[in-house]
Amino acid sequence: MRGDRASQLVPQARLAGPIPWVIAIMVALTVIAAAGGLALNNLAQTAQSELSGGATVQIVEALPLERSRQAQASLALLLQHPAVVSAARVPDEELEQLLEPWLGVGADREAVPIPALIDVRLRSDATETQLDSLRTLLAEQAPAARIDAQSAWLRPVFSAISSLQWLALALVVLLGLTSAAAVWLAARSALGTNRNTIEVVHLLGGTDSQIARIFQRSVGFDAALGGAAGLALGLIAVFVIGRQFAGLGSGMVAGGGLSWIDWVLLALVPAFGVIIAVLTARVTVMGALRRML
Amino acid sequence: MSPRTGETIAFDNVGLRYGTDREVLSDVSFTLYPGSFYFLTGASGAGKTSLLRLLYLAQRPSRGGISMFGTDVITLPRSRLPAFRRRLGVVFQDFRLVPHLSAFDNIALPLRVAGMREADLAGPVSDMLEWVGLTSRAHARPATLSGGEQQRVAIARAVIGRPDLLVADEPTGNVDPEMALKLLRLFEALNRLGTTVVVATHDVHLLRKVPDSLIMRLDKGRLSDPTGALRYPPRRQMSDIDADAPLPRDGGEF
Repeated sequence: MRGDRASQLVPQARLAGPIPWVIAIMVALTVIAAAGGLALNNLAQTAQSELSGGATVQIVEALPLERSRQAQASLALLLQHPAVVSAARVPDEELEQLLEPWLGVGADREAVPIPALIDVRLRSDATETQLDSLRTLLAEQAPAARIDAQSAWLRPVFSAISSLQWLALALVVLLGLTSAAAVWLAARSALGTNRNTIEVVHLLGGTDSQIARIFQRSVGFDAALGGAAGLALGLIAVFVIGRQFAGLGSGMVAGGGLSWIDWVLLALVPAFGVIIAVLTARVTVMGALRRML
Repeated sequence: MSPRTGETIAFDNVGLRYGTDREVLSDVSFTLYPGSFYFLTGASGAGKTSLLRLLYLAQRPSRGGISMFGTDVITLPRSRLPAFRRRLGVVFQDFRLVPHLSAFDNIALPLRVAGMREADLAGPVSDMLEWVGLTSRAHARPATLSGGEQQRVAIARAVIGRPDLLVADEPTGNVDPEMALKLLRLFEALNRLGTTVVVATHDVHLLRKVPDSLIMRLDKGRLSDPTGALRYPPRRQMSDIDADAPLPRDGGEF
């Protein structure tokens, strides 16, 4: 008993039944959750790679002339250091713009001394050893210098991103379990509805695998139908949300785009849905059949 | 119970109870030999359907032994039972046709279960439809068939695989006497080809229509066998049986 003839033993509800719709919704939500998780992963990796070799030197000195002298001296020393790829002083105008929301336009520089900032790029990650080496280098010429790794400032952000990634993964797992539970309920319902047919096939010598295959084909087809619809819905949602984030133009958010591998992974979600549905149907039907002689 | 060869089926002190209720079958022992024709009689509630369920392997007994085609089926792993069921033909009292399949597909079901290719199905199924006089109703679904037509589809489905044992539960219960006789002739035709036939019936007039038949009578779950003919039946000459012969066309005129 194989092929279409086998599947005809169970009346095919197709779109009139709940399975395609349940799977469509689950796949759409899974695609959105998985896309969120992948985008966050990309964002974290991009930010990490940009910041891992970065360090910031602050010259915290109230006297402008002395501050400027120490900044110049520090810059010269840093550029000669073999571990430093580049170093550049952040222009005062840029600093004023950054602080404008707090200090207002045209703030008196003398009244509120702003530290001089030097953006440093290192050849490797900004480890504590590297930073200590720079501190020693600047200690004599620029005693007011404070050196920090840029990644340290964003550690709470990375921690939050990591939490969101775990949340996305948990959502994907939960949605998969919910899909399996929905298919289990639908398969049990179909078993009850077709109990007479199953018993007849069983008593005619049908094996458990033969009977299970009838349901697997039916559920598999429904899941493929729902999965395709769910994938289309999910991808449209991800595309629209992606366009909106891209429009923000923020440097950090720009790193959260999806690569082609990510799109392939998202396209595989319905395939996983079909596999989960077919396996669930098989386990459910085989369990019910084992209660018969 | 040690399996015996040469018999279709043998019951040895079989008892059956459902749950903790009293036994519906007690100390049932008999042997069915190939090519024999049996009527199973008894009042309602005597245990006929329970005995038939044991015969077509829908149920295991609570005690005792059953061997089928020389194999002890009580201790047989569940996974090996389908092969034995494929050697049986069952006519259920309520027909149990698959409602959304045509008469053709219902009759073809045992062959499909047995793995026959679609290309090889059409011939045997068409022959069977012709044999039971339903060629013109091949594509009709059970709901559109009369009771007699449904019964003939059920019988055709039971015999298409040329079973070694045919079990029929009240197969003439829903038809008029004339139709009942025609159905009986179908069973006799099959029996002449070597199939052991067991027909459960209330109709005592039917018993006289098959002169060589043996009678199994159940009374409150116990099988009466006053002559010992059930336990030690006369063996039919196997040389009289041509199991490969086609079903005769005169099996019935419907």
